[in-house]
Amino acid sequence: MNYVIIGNSVAAVGAIRGIRNIDQKGNITVISREKHAAYGRPLISYLLGGLVTEKRMGYLPDDFYEKHRVNLLLGSEAVGVDSGKKVVRLSSGDSIPFDKLLIATGGDPFVPPIEGIAGKEKVFTFTTWDDAAKLKGIAYDIERVVVIGGGLIGLKAAEGLHLLGKKITIVELADRILSAAFDRPAGRVVAKKMKANGIDVITEDTVVRVEGEGAAITGVTLKSGDFIPCDTVIVAIGVRPAASFLKGSKVVVNRGIVVDDRMETTVKGIFAAGDVVEARDFFSGEKNPMPIWPDAYIQGDIAGARMAGGKKTYSGGLAMNSIELFKVPTISMGITNPVKPEEYEILTYQDLENYHYRKIILQGNLLAGAVLVGAVDRAGIFAGLIREKIDVTTFKDQLLATDFGFIHLTREIRDALFAPNGKAA
Amino acid sequence: MKRIYTLEDVCIGCHLCEVACITEHSASKDPIKAFLHEPLRSISRCTVEEWDGGVVSLSTTCRHCDEPACLQACISGAIQKNDNGVVRIDTEQCVGCWSCVMACPYGAVQRNLVKKKANKCDLCPDRETPACVDACPNRALVYKEGSQK
Ligand SMILES: Cc1cc2nc3c(=O)[nH]c(=O)nc-3n(C[C@H](O)[C@H](O)[C@H](O)COP(=O)(O)OP(=O)(O)OC[C@H]3O[C@@H](n4cnc5c(N)ncnc54)[C@H](O)[C@@H]3O)c2cc1C
Ligand code: SF4
Ligand code: SF4
Repeated sequence: MNYVIIGNSVAAVGAIRGIRNIDQKGNITVISREKHAAYGRPLISYLLGGLVTEKRMGYLPDDFYEKHRVNLLLGSEAVGVDSGKKVVRLSSGDSIPFDKLLIATGGDPFVPPIEGIAGKEKVFTFTTWDDAAKLKGIAYDIERVVVIGGGLIGLKAAEGLHLLGKKITIVELADRILSAAFDRPAGRVVAKKMKANGIDVITEDTVVRVEGEGAAITGVTLKSGDFIPCDTVIVAIGVRPAASFLKGSKVVVNRGIVVDDRMETTVKGIFAAGDVVEARDFFSGEKNPMPIWPDAYIQGDIAGARMAGGKKTYSGGLAMNSIELFKVPTISMGITNPVKPEEYEILTYQDLENYHYRKIILQGNLLAGAVLVGAVDRAGIFAGLIREKIDVTTFKDQLLATDFGFIHLTREIRDALFAPNGKAA
Repeated sequence: MKRIYTLEDVCIGCHLCEVACITEHSASKDPIKAFLHEPLRSISRCTVEEWDGGVVSLSTTCRHCDEPACLQACISGAIQKNDNGVVRIDTEQCVGCWSCVMACPYGAVQRNLVKKKANKCDLCPDRETPACVDACPNRALVYKEGSQK
């Protein structure tokens, strides 16, 4: 059996382990256009800011590829997939045959055609180790930065550059930063903290022109007409599925590669996992992209198991983010901003002075989401309640308490979790 | 593999398991020194929960899951499951992002705010039986072969 995996990040790692749990014999070939073995992509802002060293970027134990008998092809790019002949074509001209293929290529940063941006030297995206290294390398030559986009990646880039002492302005189109994960109060708490640390956050505005003669940048002009002086621009408005090499194949791509609950694409024998896919949402059942690390791992694991003939099934993508900015920890999960609030019951506690906020979103008897700012300990218990669809009626009143725990659940649940064999001592 | 099971009927809420855990993971392994003289004092990896004025109590700890949600969520690779099934955090590698805190459905990962590192039960690599189990005066904690669920 020839397993081929395109991409070598967290979804690929989940898949390698998933395959090897079942099949120790088959050949696994991993194709990656990056030159590094799998690394913690979310760590690139830590690297930029000097919080971790290059040595700590590696995601896996040193013996991982050898132990899992992986044939790792670094620095090679897949440029086409022939699903009839079952081969992957590489930019080098080589073809790699497969029996089962996994596409785990993640997302490519999207740079819109903003006026004046073409030909400017210090315009960057921020999604790879090399991006971070490049920025670090010219850091001495950066003073003022405009970050376009106040999502996770934009904020992370801003944080890294701030640690290097740069002056940062974030420009976000929505009414708050991190609008995908946060509601208004949480977005405000974090924005307040960022401003207190000297990062300017401009919301409900966008960059319409990058100013400057030739390759140098002098600033950006916003839609509102404001001008912000800067010498560097980071574009972090979003990523698109890295699936253009599938053109001409029969694999269907919408906002991501469409997969079923086995992570199989529309072509039998070809699987996909991670940021590149759109899979079933835990709540709505509709397919959407869920570009977060834990979900990429889980999807990869399922894809790997299925490729090797196992039986795992996806239980649906559940959004979750843990983001700490300027010592304010935040964890959000599930539905945080219901589109139809009338269908939900929402409990909140806030103490914005102390950067403290807690919001619980209920749908009927079930927990649908949570936003925790400040006190985040044991947040995963909420994730468990959501995933297991536990009826929360009897302990609803306790959900906002910072010491919420298993003691508030029923005895049956506690026993099932912590003493599954009863008194078998 | 051997896991720690909790018998809440016989838990008296004395918190000795937590004291034993902190001591075991301290630099000196001495309770008085650990509590009084270690500025970077370790934190307990088991959590005694109480309610109703202590009428109900139990000590919760890591299940060393078959498919650990903490490991799946860990962005740095600090969390690994070894060949014996034990799930451990390499604190040198940990960046304190709290993704594991977010993901663990057992609430079993603690935040060490002084060191800005995540901590969890490591089943006491230097001991036969975990310190909490040995410390429990009422044998509410049991260390034995068993499944996660
Ligand atoms: C700065 C930053 C911070 C983040 N922080 C967090 C966080 O705190 N928490 C969180 O949950 N998520 C975070 N994320 C998102 C997280 O990194 C992604 O969800 C995760 O990396 C997705 O993994 P993946 O395996 O699907 O793909 P990716 O990690 O995107 O990897 C895909 C790999 O495939 C390679 N590839 C693509 N096309 C080809 C081709 N044609 N041939 C060969 N190789 C190819 C790419 O070069 C890449 O190496 C962050 C992302 C960034 C950029
Ligand atoms: S920390 Fe939580 S998720 Fe991780 S192994 Fe322990 S119980 Fe399981
Ligand atoms: S806090 Fe440490 S162990 Fe936990 S997910 Fe982050 S890096 Fe991994």
